[in-house]
Amino acid sequence: MLQAVGLSCRRGERRLFSDLNVKVERGKLLAVVGENGSGKTSLLRIFSSLLPPEDGSVRWEGQDIHQLKELYSGQLMYLGHLNGIKDDLTAVENLISSMALAGEPCTESEAKEALEAIGLKRLVHRLSSKVLSQGQKRRVALARLWLSTRPLWLLDEPFTSLDAASTAVVTQRLHAHLQREGLVVVVTHQEIALPAERLQQLRLAG
Amino acid sequence: MSHSSMWEAVTGIVRRDLLLAMRRWSDAAMSVFFLVIVVSLFPLGVGPEPAVLRTIAPGVLWVAALLTCLLSLARVFTPDYLDGVLEQMVLVPQPLSLLVLGKVLAHWVISGLPVVLLSPLLGLQFGLEGETLGVLVLSLLLGTPTLSMIGAIGAALVLGVRGSGLLVALLVLPLYVPVLIFGAGAVTSSMAGIGGEANLSLLGACLVLSLFLAPWATAAALRIALE
Repeated sequence: MLQAVGLSCRRGERRLFSDLNVKVERGKLLAVVGENGSGKTSLLRIFSSLLPPEDGSVRWEGQDIHQLKELYSGQLMYLGHLNGIKDDLTAVENLISSMALAGEPCTESEAKEALEAIGLKRLVHRLSSKVLSQGQKRRVALARLWLSTRPLWLLDEPFTSLDAASTAVVTQRLHAHLQREGLVVVVTHQEIALPAERLQQLRLAG
Repeated sequence: MSHSSMWEAVTGIVRRDLLLAMRRWSDAAMSVFFLVIVVSLFPLGVGPEPAVLRTIAPGVLWVAALLTCLLSLARVFTPDYLDGVLEQMVLVPQPLSLLVLGKVLAHWVISGLPVVLLSPLLGLQFGLEGETLGVLVLSLLLGTPTLSMIGAIGAALVLGVRGSGLLVALLVLPLYVPVLIFGAGAVTSSMAGIGGEANLSLLGACLVLSLFLAPWATAAALRIALE
């Protein structure tokens, strides 16, 4: 269970939100929506522990994440609006090295399967990532969803530059994760095609 | 988190950085050419008097090594910062300072080790010989990792700052002074026939101290840069 208690956040002179309380149970997806600049990404970064909140706390299974530290990092997978992939490496190399870094090493064949699951054909696996399109790069980053065994996924605009087919594939993957008692927080502008009982929405006023 | 996955993450980082450096070998090659050119400029400027060249050799070689390290600092964290890999690094279940150690090790192999390997040749150019050449190599072997360590702190502090290239030089160069003094001092005292052991021990002490403090300071600076 992920819980935010009395969170406030200030970026520069501007107060983005204050006294924000939200609770997400396992098996649910929290969609954070709101206008540009309303603090959606900041909230996600606070959830990930990258950004300390000005006030309040985030609790994972009842414990403050700033006390859990590395134990909490071992529970989460974060995908920001940057893809975290290297232009000079191939899709397979990128996936293998980011999984190794995350402490969940995978083999080359597992990486290839994950890339195929998200619709990147074998031909693309061997190409240097700098020749890939934005959508293809996003898919290389999202392929981690097929390899990660972490319960908590924090995704910042995962559907950006994805085509309709890939969006559907990723949504299915999220659904599978929720069915296995996973927990997802997504910052998005799009409707997510999931059963209503799985969805929870948080609108930031801005 | 177990020791094996800690090891996995650190070796993973070193392997990835070395692979990236091989893909962009021209960057590393440019640092080496820079070193050779800077060192070769001095005999042209000062004149070919062997005694003078021998006297200035330790200082010139060490300052050149220092500048070469400085030039490559922008490549340590900036690319990772721009493409989002740094965010992933901060969020792994291993201590960030360990990963930083991996990054610094890779940086040293790419930019410090070539300097060490080339130094006997460059020393010969200045008329150094025998034992003095050995002391030069040894001093660089002990000193260049310290330069990478200290440099990493500076590189992390200026992440995302405009005009960071010059700023990192201003931050880091004063901190390089002890290493420069001990390094060049070791070579000079070996030339004078009193042996470089004292200075080499001090260089070793600097290395141990920086191994202990720099990863931790760098990790703290990286977290601040990402806030």
